Amino acid sequence: MVDVHLDPVVLSGLQEVMESEYPKLLDTFLDDSQKRIEALRQSRGDAKALGRIAHSFKGSSGNLGAVRLAHLCQRLEAESAEAAGDLEALVDQIDLEFALVKPLYESERQRFQM
Amino acid sequence: MSALAPAHEALTILIADDSPADLLLLSTIVRRQGHQVLTAADGREAVEVFTRERPQLVLMDALMPVMDGFAAARWIKQLSGEALVPIIFLTSLSDSADLAECLDAGGDDFLPKPYNPLILGAKINAMDRLRRLQATVLQQRDLIAKHNDHLLHEQRVAKAVFDKVAHSGCINAAPNIRYLQSPYALFNGDLLLAAYTPSGDMHVLLGDFTGHGLPAAVGAMPLADVFYGMTAKGYGLAQILREMNAKLKRILPVDMFCCATLLCLSTDRHVVEVWNGGMPEGYVHQVATGKRTSLASRHLPLGVLSAELFNDCTEVWPMALGDRVFLLSDGVLETADANNQLFGVERLQQVFAANREPDRLFEDVEQALAAFRGEARDDVSMVEITLQSGPALRASGPLYADSGQSCPLDWSVNFEFRAETLKRYNPLPYLLQLLLEIHGLRAQSGALYSVMAELYSNALEHGVLGLDSRLKRDAQGFAEYYRRRNERLAELNSGYVRVQVQVVPTDAGGTMTLRIEDSGPGFDVDKVLAQPLDIDRLSGRGLSLVRRLSHDVRWSDGGRCVCVEFSWEALA
Repeated sequence: MVDVHLDPVVLSGLQEVMESEYPKLLDTFLDDSQKRIEALRQSRGDAKALGRIAHSFKGSSGNLGAVRLAHLCQRLEAESAEAAGDLEALVDQIDLEFALVKPLYESERQRFQM
Repeated sequence: MSALAPAHEALTILIADDSPADLLLLSTIVRRQGHQVLTAADGREAVEVFTRERPQLVLMDALMPVMDGFAAARWIKQLSGEALVPIIFLTSLSDSADLAECLDAGGDDFLPKPYNPLILGAKINAMDRLRRLQATVLQQRDLIAKHNDHLLHEQRVAKAVFDKVAHSGCINAAPNIRYLQSPYALFNGDLLLAAYTPSGDMHVLLGDFTGHGLPAAVGAMPLADVFYGMTAKGYGLAQILREMNAKLKRILPVDMFCCATLLCLSTDRHVVEVWNGGMPEGYVHQVATGKRTSLASRHLPLGVLSAELFNDCTEVWPMALGDRVFLLSDGVLETADANNQLFGVERLQQVFAANREPDRLFEDVEQALAAFRGEARDDVSMVEITLQSGPALRASGPLYADSGQSCPLDWSVNFEFRAETLKRYNPLPYLLQLLLEIHGLRAQSGALYSVMAELYSNALEHGVLGLDSRLKRDAQGFAEYYRRRNERLAELNSGYVRVQVQVVPTDAGGTMTLRIEDSGPGFDVDKVLAQPLDIDRLSGRGLSLVRRLSHDVRWSDGGRCVCVEFSWEALA
């Protein structure tokens, strides 16, 4: 199990690429992720919908350095396709993991308060 | 992350991704690389933006709501037509079936998440190179197509002009000419011309220019000009050949020339006079005996030698009514089979030998070529001229610029042509032009020219050169006669032919008296005139011809001097 929650190298890379757009990227990610978390909760029992959401969430969390979150999403995408494993438990884990990284992103965001 | 690959040229790039964070990140990276960015949140929006803005490159997420990236990619590929709009799929798809679907939908590359700006920049540049390559290929293809259209158009126009030039003579009107030219023979430099002389003889030229297409056709224009112009004015083969050679030599580049056979077929005199420079052997076919006499090339092609070195020596062969002259282009002999074996003269002669119906000779040759090769070559020219009796079609008379009011009616001229002139100059066209100043004579110009030509050649050949016409009693002697004629003419250093033309007005119109005198020994007039008119004998033809065409012929001075009269009624 990957135990890195947030990769600081990715964050500093993003800051370099995005420059002044960096805080906006963090805001966008937090906002979008919140929506996906809610969507996951509402889709419990619909393996197909879960897989689609997980695929998309995997992409953005990977881009933003949320390593463990991306990994959990990938597992959900894979297991939903095979309709195997305990999907609900995975959704719970994703929920927990986001609750964990969200404050980290928010405090990163605080450094660029306008 | 400072090493962003520099963009060669700012592109407009469409990014379609349903994840706002990814979209923002990618847009920023792409914009930093110097490109202009358009965004779409799903496949349908991507197609809409593409239709409106026509970006040059698309970055497309595979899985999106409303319309997924695969469907959008298919739309965009269809909309972009022949132009290459590269589509890079943004995906971390690990399933190979999904990757295959990306390619099936028209995807050109993949970019995995999480994004690496360095790789993204490199991929955009690589795709841009492909895009430009495709654009260049399309542009050059269109340019080539345009040039090709232009070329074909020029060739069509040139061929139309050329067809008119090549066929404006009597080639299609004369009943005794049959010819076959495959459609592109003409444009491969093959040229076939035919026209009547003022005396009703027929001149035929089969030529073959070096090279192909337009350059080969260009040289045909001046050649045809000389051929038609000089034939109509009554010039002989030697003069026409000299003029053609000089003209081609002057205007053509050194590597261009024209192989040609030029012949004069005389129904009146039952002979064919031939000059062949570089063409395949033609044949005179004696129908009575089945014998074929070869008309081999004895000269270099036209346009090669300078005027001083050019040789205008012709050969003369007797022909009986119904005999045929057959000429062909090298396309016939050089038709090759699958093993690059040439058809050649021997196979052609086998076709001759096997031919049962003379009128089907062309078809027999064509069949033999097709059987030999499997398909016919498209630059084959063949022509066959039959010696026929009956009135010859004559060239429509020259156009006269004057109205007739200034016509001279009471005059005489005297010429004396001496050895050096007799060797190299033919005064007949000049004399004919002079006599055509008399408008009353124009209706008889054919007969006038024939009589004048005959009396002049009698004076020269029997008088000055002392040749015995009895030599011409058979075909072998005939050839010998013309061999001696050329030989003695070349060695001539004395003698003369005098020509006097006297025109007097009469109550009814006028009379022209033509008197021709030579320096020869003369002949027994009474004895020759006692012979019956016999137009099928090879010898003595000249006199019977003259006696047929003019009602009043008188010899004097022991046959050294002859006088003919032509009269006319006043013009209404």
